[in-house]
Amino acid sequence: MKEEGKHKKAKKYGMVINLDECTGCGACMVACMAENNVPFKEDESNKLDSIAWMRVYKLTNGKPYPEAEICYLPRPCMHCEGEHGHAPCVSVCPATATDYNHETGIVSQIYTRCFGCRYCMVACPYHARYFNWWDPVWPEESTKYLSPNVSPRMRGVVEKCSFCFHRYQLAMDKAYLEGRTVLEEDEYQTSCAQACPAGAITFGDLNNPEHKVHQLAKPDNKHGGRPGNPNVFRLLERLGTNPKVYYMSSREWVRQAGDNYINNEDLAKNYRH
Amino acid sequence: MKIGRRSFLSFVIGGAAGTAITPLPWKLMDDSSIWSQNWPWTPVPPDGEYSQSNSVCTLCPGGCGITVRKVDDRVVKIEGMKGHPVNDGGLCLMGLSGLQLLYGPTRVKTPLKRVGKRGEGKWEKISWDEAISEVAKKLADIRSNGGSHTVGSIVDSENGTVPNLFKRFLTTYGSPNFMTMPSIQDSYAMTLQVMQGVSAQVGFDAENADFILSFGSGIIDGWGSPVRMFKANSAWKANGKKVVQIEPRLSNTAAKSDKWIPINPGTEAALALGLANVIITNSLDSKKISQSSGFDSFKKLVQNEYGTEKVSKITGINSATIVSLAKNFARASKPLAICGKGQGSIPGSLNEFMAVHALNALVGNINKEGGVWAVTDTKYINWPKPEMDSIAENGIQKERIDGAGSEYPHTKSLLNRLAEVINSGDGSLEALFVSGANPLYSMPDSKAIKNAFDNIPFIVSFSSYMDETASNADLILPNHVYLERYEDVPTPAGLSKPIVGLTRPVVKPQFNTKHVGDVVMLIAKALGGGIADAFPWESYEACLKETLGVKWDILVEKGFEFNGDKCILEGDFNFYPDAMKSLSDFSSVSIEGSAISYPLILIPYDTIRLANGYIGDPPFAIKAVEDTVLKGKNSCVEINPKTGKELGLTEGRYASLLTPRGKAKVRVHLYEGIMPGIVALPRGLGHTAYDKYLAGKGCNFNELIGSTEDPVSGLDEAWGIRARLTKV
Repeated sequence: MKEEGKHKKAKKYGMVINLDECTGCGACMVACMAENNVPFKEDESNKLDSIAWMRVYKLTNGKPYPEAEICYLPRPCMHCEGEHGHAPCVSVCPATATDYNHETGIVSQIYTRCFGCRYCMVACPYHARYFNWWDPVWPEESTKYLSPNVSPRMRGVVEKCSFCFHRYQLAMDKAYLEGRTVLEEDEYQTSCAQACPAGAITFGDLNNPEHKVHQLAKPDNKHGGRPGNPNVFRLLERLGTNPKVYYMSSREWVRQAGDNYINNEDLAKNYRH
Repeated sequence: MKIGRRSFLSFVIGGAAGTAITPLPWKLMDDSSIWSQNWPWTPVPPDGEYSQSNSVCTLCPGGCGITVRKVDDRVVKIEGMKGHPVNDGGLCLMGLSGLQLLYGPTRVKTPLKRVGKRGEGKWEKISWDEAISEVAKKLADIRSNGGSHTVGSIVDSENGTVPNLFKRFLTTYGSPNFMTMPSIQDSYAMTLQVMQGVSAQVGFDAENADFILSFGSGIIDGWGSPVRMFKANSAWKANGKKVVQIEPRLSNTAAKSDKWIPINPGTEAALALGLANVIITNSLDSKKISQSSGFDSFKKLVQNEYGTEKVSKITGINSATIVSLAKNFARASKPLAICGKGQGSIPGSLNEFMAVHALNALVGNINKEGGVWAVTDTKYINWPKPEMDSIAENGIQKERIDGAGSEYPHTKSLLNRLAEVINSGDGSLEALFVSGANPLYSMPDSKAIKNAFDNIPFIVSFSSYMDETASNADLILPNHVYLERYEDVPTPAGLSKPIVGLTRPVVKPQFNTKHVGDVVMLIAKALGGGIADAFPWESYEACLKETLGVKWDILVEKGFEFNGDKCILEGDFNFYPDAMKSLSDFSSVSIEGSAISYPLILIPYDTIRLANGYIGDPPFAIKAVEDTVLKGKNSCVEINPKTGKELGLTEGRYASLLTPRGKAKVRVHLYEGIMPGIVALPRGLGHTAYDKYLAGKGCNFNELIGSTEDPVSGLDEAWGIRARLTKV
């Protein structure tokens, strides 16, 4: 690990989601379910137990007709770095079933280690984690489309978005075979970013100035990765979770909705980038 | 033996020590946990060789290129195809969940013959030979009794080889009743016919437009070719192009537009003409176009009848907004006006289409970059004209059952009239084929359609899935799904550059199904004579290969091919065609029901997360539906909180929704994004067939609405219905 660190700069994979472009179509949700063998049940309209690694929320500006506005907000796992990898969920896991990978910045979830205490679900401020209350059941032939790259989860464990980590592994394997140790930007993309018909999701290495995510978010690593772009924000920035998913919106009410702002609070004064 | 304290203790301690030392219990515990962990709790997907192949998605008329990822002979993921001219890598959630249709529980796995009552769900598995000879025998009987014209077919569209095989079959058999599922494509084709005198499809150069004025079109709710429109929308955003959305509800499209202008529903044509008036009065119109025929009459019409004040009263939009909208539209360098509500499955009022088309012509964007194009494919289906026997010759001379071509001379198919004609006894069908369509679910006034179908003695469905129409059929001859078959995909809806795509098998057929093209040919061959001679091909694949000719190799390699360039059809533009003259009032489209007993207006809305055509939502898609749209077993209706207060309805309350056509139990969702007095219901729910993941959830909008005939085209123009909402 230390050895590697000397000649390879650590990556910090992250996402920038352009909420001006996001249309709320839900393709990212389904692309994720199809990629990651996410199960489904007969009734999924109770969203508390409906497993969706990526979930699209609908925000409203709270104004009456006809001033009402809506905005959609896709929410994967934020892959929080906290301080030095102390993500809220990682700190509380008694089984080391979830861990912060310093090489990629990805927060893992190891199903076979998880024993279902759900501390991490309580700790996660983003509701990004889901518990398997039941064993997954795929009807008849439907197991045929399950991908061998992601193991189906059993009852009693927690699951969440992995930034399609298996895609990283496959891309790295391919790179090693070709004698490379560095991935091109488009070699590793999450399923949601790839599918988004509006092109609203950008994925890449936040530490790499060549990557689009870095250019869009302009993260300030000295100050917990805060975005340098004034239109870019992170969810619940004040909690100091240092998430790696950035949102971009030209509308102020949307940016405000991303955190617990006090009414009429002067954003610029209290929270200068 | 007497048990003392000493012996008791030594027994317990000795026993404990003995148990601890012997490995037996630990071994047993270990074994049993390993054993129980190996129970088939969760499947372990087998690994294998990875591969990819390209094809075209045909779940909607969008025609997106897809790349499927395979592990050995299993398809594990569908992704958008990079570099495809329609979607370039992106894909919608239906396309992404396509594998649930391929491997899903809704497949019809073998030919089925009904044994119980219709719709009872009792089937007998039969062989393909039996199935085909049964159909052939029935058709031969009908034909020999002089009833060849009482056989009809309903298919999804009129383009492509499969619909044309059906058409050819009916022609040589002797029936004119080739019917297609209605959509805004019909209305647009009609508009081009009437105003430009061309027989063409409409195409929009959306990507190059810089001011998009949409009269309720769900640009990002599934209108046109959905992924292409998503891409265009993102490009407009990135380049600062303006989108104005006009509709009574804050749809996703309205929410993403630069300006949402709520309008009294059904008055869109009046607004278009009001805008035309402002443009002409301020001399902002294209000077070249004012030479066109009918311009002076049109000018007179809009200036006399559609003054800004009057239009403001009709539409509920204030005058200043109308004037500034007209000016901004006309001053844009490439303005584009589009119409066809929601996903465009209801053809709509021809008035509105003509008014909007006139608006485009006024700003001079017909057949221009960023404008509206009249597009014709380079025709690739050039089959020799079939030999017709006397029965066939007689049969096709008979009047169509739906009155298309006679009562409504310009219209090709009027499926919306079928139910009424049959139910009123004005006409009858002895046999009906349904392929790639689910009319029992997706046509308005489901009850009337169901009654009409009950009066058709022999219904054959070619559906791959157990949909509503298939489950009410007498015989199901299941087609391969799109991932298992070859088929040509003609130009996707609304594309301004004609292309042809090729769907091809990426996996071998999973069940005992047959390509519908092959089945039509087999039935023809079983009937013999001239009908058989009209289908000289060995198989559908051979037919397709021969039809596509030199294109075949390119299509196999690439998956798509540009089919000619934009076809510039320079018909003389007519602002005031005869069709317009016959219409006295453009101001609003009528609505069924009385305002006294039904104080509210019910309108449907479309979301890209709900499919409402032939395909029903697969499990992943229905899972992605919000809980303010579907909650448990009930659809949610959207009403303005003001309306809710008047009716005493709060968020989440159960309510009864009543219209002159039907009734449903719904839940209430209070939404600030909807005009007071309006109730909006999502389309695509309320299925009774398919699987448990879809059936029995919510209510079907089509059960609550009737069909209203447009006076010019005869197509359905109903955009809503009067309704009442009461507490339960």
